[in-house]
Amino acid sequence: MGKMLSSLFRHPSGRIGLVIIGFYLLAAILGTLGLTPHDPLKLFAIDRLKAPSGTYWFGTDLLGRDAFSRLMVGIRQSMLIAFASVAIATIAGTIIGLLSAWWGGLWDGIFMRVMDVLLAFPAILLALLIIAIVGPGTMTSVAAIAIVYTPIFARVVRGPALSLKQRDFVDAARTFGSSQGYVLTRHLLLNLVAPLAVQVTLALAWALLTEAGLSFLGLGTQPPTPSLGLMLAESRNLMTHAPWLMIFPAVTIMLGILGFNLTGDALRDILDPRTQRREA
Amino acid sequence: MSYVVQRLLTFPLILLGVSILVFVAIRLVPGDAITAMLGTEAGLLTPVQREALAAYFGIDQPIWAQYLRWLTGLFQGDLGISSIYGKPVLSVILERFPLTLQLSLMSMVIALSIGVPLGVLAASRNERPSDLVVRVLAMLGQSTPNFVVGILIIYVLSVFFGFVPAMGTFTPLFADPLASIAQLIFPAITLGFAFAASVTRISRSAMLDVLSDDYVRTARSKGATPMSVIWHHALPNALIPVVTLSGVEFGYLLGGAVIVEQIFALPGLGRLVLDAITQRDYALVQGTVLFIAFNFLVVNLLVDLAYVALDPRIRIGRR
Repeated sequence: MGKMLSSLFRHPSGRIGLVIIGFYLLAAILGTLGLTPHDPLKLFAIDRLKAPSGTYWFGTDLLGRDAFSRLMVGIRQSMLIAFASVAIATIAGTIIGLLSAWWGGLWDGIFMRVMDVLLAFPAILLALLIIAIVGPGTMTSVAAIAIVYTPIFARVVRGPALSLKQRDFVDAARTFGSSQGYVLTRHLLLNLVAPLAVQVTLALAWALLTEAGLSFLGLGTQPPTPSLGLMLAESRNLMTHAPWLMIFPAVTIMLGILGFNLTGDALRDILDPRTQRREA
Repeated sequence: MSYVVQRLLTFPLILLGVSILVFVAIRLVPGDAITAMLGTEAGLLTPVQREALAAYFGIDQPIWAQYLRWLTGLFQGDLGISSIYGKPVLSVILERFPLTLQLSLMSMVIALSIGVPLGVLAASRNERPSDLVVRVLAMLGQSTPNFVVGILIIYVLSVFFGFVPAMGTFTPLFADPLASIAQLIFPAITLGFAFAASVTRISRSAMLDVLSDDYVRTARSKGATPMSVIWHHALPNALIPVVTLSGVEFGYLLGGAVIVEQIFALPGLGRLVLDAITQRDYALVQGTVLFIAFNFLVVNLLVDLAYVALDPRIRIGRR
């Protein structure tokens, strides 16, 4: 892990990506601890729609709430949903992919056809369908993004797991009498860390994007909890009077996604020498 | 069993799975359909009226019977009646589809006409300043959500040009081609933005792969001009992954650009799904989601077949 981080840091786009992610994590932690310049929910009634200044760094919104503080809490909300959903998808997808490859035959067919059915929906549509059933909210966003990403992880894991299964060292381990669980975790899973790490990072970028999109539609995080997508949606009718309400959330969303994309690309470069310096 | 046959055989199976998933998902929605449909007025119904309505919509029967009924209807082109519009679901969908189709095609044209030349340019100037500029732009483009692009476009248009794109209604292509294209141009740019960025990235990396192949070196050493090597020898092979990417992306776009249609207030398929979900029009949600998934599957199947046609190695079963 430490070695991975240091080689990421030596990669030009990896370094930029890590710095961005670092800042976002810092903002998220400070936001969670309540260490924001102002109370993100407090209405400063006499200071409505104020332009950015020394007091309100990114200005205030229609209700007189401090945009900078709200962005910090919004970042926390986005990061929380992204990390939670990707963690669930990674675990579920890895288990399904591993068992599919290990058991093979009928189980493999059943698991993979179910994943195919889930992949037959454009991602946002599947997310909307889930929201239609459960109703919008933070937990729904987590569940929706996790379900959308699970089949992708299952596929990422199954392919390499199938070829690892044929390798001599796996046969050797089984001949020595290692338990199935040991072979699966020690010999298969450990060798899958590289492709998984790349996929996890890119999935985080996509999860941030989807969370912002769902909130933008009003189907993600519900007010009064600040969220990046919602702040951007609220800025629409005010954009000519208070452009800062639009610019800052837009840039915040973009930079966050950029950070994970850059890191994911750098990881792919580092872990897969064949594609070195091929991907932009 | 060849790859193509296998793909064709699993296709109906997956479609059946999709229909079951959609059907069951909609039944999991809490609250009964009649209350959802009529709102507060549902309270005024007598039990007899309620039962009559339930029988009319077929929701008084067990779930498997409802599914079978729905499935047989599907084969006859009957997707049920939309409760919002009071019309057959299929006709509502077909009214909205032309806009989404035109928007998807326009975005794809924009993405390919920007992405492929940029990708080729970057690859032919590997690691030089122009390559780096293209790579940075592509990375930024890929990291910008389309709703951010859309809002920025509307902002720039309205603040600097005092112009607001026509919204709300849609001029069909055949009624007035110019007005129709003009109306969709900004939404198409919005959707084409990130799409162009991924096309740029994939054509660059495919091109770099191909340029290091032996046959390209042969072409170079027999004295072909750099231009001819790039456009005649390398590009056709480099386009294979671009075709795959564009196809999959096109399949996504056909599903209706929910967010972009919402921003530009366009009555397309994406808005229809959103309205159907927020207003709990069961039949409409079911029908549109199935329609979209069907399109998506068909496009993906076609992409796979095109891939086989373009790359004979897969046809023979060698990767």
